[in-house]
Amino acid sequence: MRTHRVLRTQAFRFVAIYLGIFAVSAAALVGFLYWNTARVLDRETDETIRAEVAGLVEQYQRLGLPVLTDVISRRSARSEQGIYVLADRDHRVIAGNLDLWPSVATAGDTFIEFEFERRDGQALQLRQARGQIFELAQGYFLLVARDVRDRREIERLFSTALPWSVAWMILLGVGGGVLISRNFLARLDVINRTSREIIAGDLTKRVPVTKTGDEFDDLSGHLNRMLDRIERLMHGMREVSDNVAHDLRSPLNRLRGRLEALSRQQASNPDVKSDIDAAVEETDRLINTFNALLLIAEAEAGSVRESMTEFDLREIVRGICDLYEPVAEDAGLAFEQRTDGAPMNVHGNQNLVSQAVANLVDNAIKYTPAGGKIQVIVESDGQRASLIVADTGPGIAPEDRGRVTERFVRLEASRNSPGTGLGLSLVAAVAHLHDAELILDDNKPGLRATLRFARAKTVTRALPQWPPRIETLH
Amino acid sequence: MRILVVEDDIEAQRYLVKGLREAGHVVDEAGDGETGLTLALSRVYDVTIIDRMLPKIDGLKLVATLREEHNSIPVLFLSALSDVDDRIKGLRAGGDDYLTKPYAFAELLARLEALMRRRDPLSVKTRVSVGDLELDLLSRTAKRSGSEIDLQPREFRLLEYLMRHAGQIVTRTMLLENVWEYHFDPQTNVIDVHISRLRAKIDKGFASPLLHTVRGAGYMIRAYA
Repeated sequence: MRTHRVLRTQAFRFVAIYLGIFAVSAAALVGFLYWNTARVLDRETDETIRAEVAGLVEQYQRLGLPVLTDVISRRSARSEQGIYVLADRDHRVIAGNLDLWPSVATAGDTFIEFEFERRDGQALQLRQARGQIFELAQGYFLLVARDVRDRREIERLFSTALPWSVAWMILLGVGGGVLISRNFLARLDVINRTSREIIAGDLTKRVPVTKTGDEFDDLSGHLNRMLDRIERLMHGMREVSDNVAHDLRSPLNRLRGRLEALSRQQASNPDVKSDIDAAVEETDRLINTFNALLLIAEAEAGSVRESMTEFDLREIVRGICDLYEPVAEDAGLAFEQRTDGAPMNVHGNQNLVSQAVANLVDNAIKYTPAGGKIQVIVESDGQRASLIVADTGPGIAPEDRGRVTERFVRLEASRNSPGTGLGLSLVAAVAHLHDAELILDDNKPGLRATLRFARAKTVTRALPQWPPRIETLH
Repeated sequence: MRILVVEDDIEAQRYLVKGLREAGHVVDEAGDGETGLTLALSRVYDVTIIDRMLPKIDGLKLVATLREEHNSIPVLFLSALSDVDDRIKGLRAGGDDYLTKPYAFAELLARLEALMRRRDPLSVKTRVSVGDLELDLLSRTAKRSGSEIDLQPREFRLLEYLMRHAGQIVTRTMLLENVWEYHFDPQTNVIDVHISRLRAKIDKGFASPLLHTVRGAGYMIRAYA
């Protein structure tokens, strides 16, 4: 699992690609070197042999056979590498350091390669030579050759060294790649872990910066500065909404207080009093809308993330059902609640989730005509926990479903019912805050609203345990 | 009763003080935290109303200081901040109740009344009774004129809260906060539905009702005079 991760890293891929390119080019270089060296060596040998042959032939022509025989005997005795043979027309050896005339050898301008035996102490060695045969006047043959053992040695060296060095290179490369990738992974893991904690709501977390000053530190530094900025913006947002709340609530508070005082003064004057009371009610509606808007803004800004906890969604839903069930029954609706089964923990703001659930149930009751049915269901499919509120009311036409979560959008049919028109917007904002999905569907007939949360997985479980748990042995 | 009002919004303070005086209370007022703290420490009040955001000494700090001085006077916070978080901060600092501006004056009065009576040793009682209605807090049973009334657990809690505040006005918001523990506006008048169900159980068939609706304010449980 862990190894698999290492192999998938970008660093490892880079190393693998470089390794491949390097191996191919190194092999090509070594091959070229070999080919070139062999060619140069051969040419050198050939030049020497040609020169010697020319010299010997000249001596033969000027001084005759006995001198040549003498020269060849001396040279063959002296030379380690050189092979000199003088033979008669029947290839019988007259002088030189080979006992037998090589069988393949024929005279000509081309170079020949042949094998010969040489006694080295006790052992008889089969060796390779390369040389030229010259046919002298009067039918004598002259063979001048060089032992090419050295060249073969180099050839062998190259052909065995090449695969080995490539093998070592790949081995070291893969090892290095794994090391580098692991290092990369370790650094990235730190950044990832911090990011997860921040997403989970802890905006005060920062990516640790090491003292190496490398690219990762640069990245961490930039991330941290970005986080500082986000945190400042969040605080700013919070401050703005606090200020707006304060600056609007204070005058509304004075307005309401003044109206209430007036109403008390006019207790003896019912006509005036009822007008003032109507104004108070209007103020309350204004306050309600304002509160709802502020709440949506706060949910959207995510500033309440700090106060998120883990709770059982079923408990929340049961509480809301408990509150609304009598209301539904009074409205002549059948109310069904299905919240059994195992606890379904989700991570979030309890108060906002309660309010979102309340809004969904409240809407269902409000829009379903008497004789209808409302179902509130909490169910889980392993990873996610869903809350479903289904009714048998008029439902929402498919083309309107996207629109109803927008602020103040109320469908024509419901314009006369009481409410701020912000109920579903708040549900949508709460869903967004919790990374939950809000799905509006056809209940055939009616509306089926689903809020689908990710089930809480305890954060500490994902992190390595420290100190490590020590099992007691019995 | 004697009430201290610490509020920096002078006009709001004026209406608040006027209303409280009209309701028959004796009121002292302060416009900043420092004056408020001096008054609270030097005189005796039954209850204080403190704005959360005050000049000189902040409302939270004021209450925290009072509590450090072992002054246990009931405190009602007024605040333009409505968050549950803000409420929690207020209650943690030593506040006893928290009301968001703008508020209905009736709501404020009802809460002051409830705060005042909180000092009664009612909470250790195992039985509460109003008229011929009796509540056994241990066995969680209710009886009226000796015959048992069948109540759901939530109805019992609702009745218990009303009876613990017998003779006082209890607002819908107070019920929602204390019986259901919700701090939001459910829009529909859900509380009324619960009250009428409870009323059907405890008052139906009896000549004199105990559970009364107080127009424009809330409900009250009270023995017939």
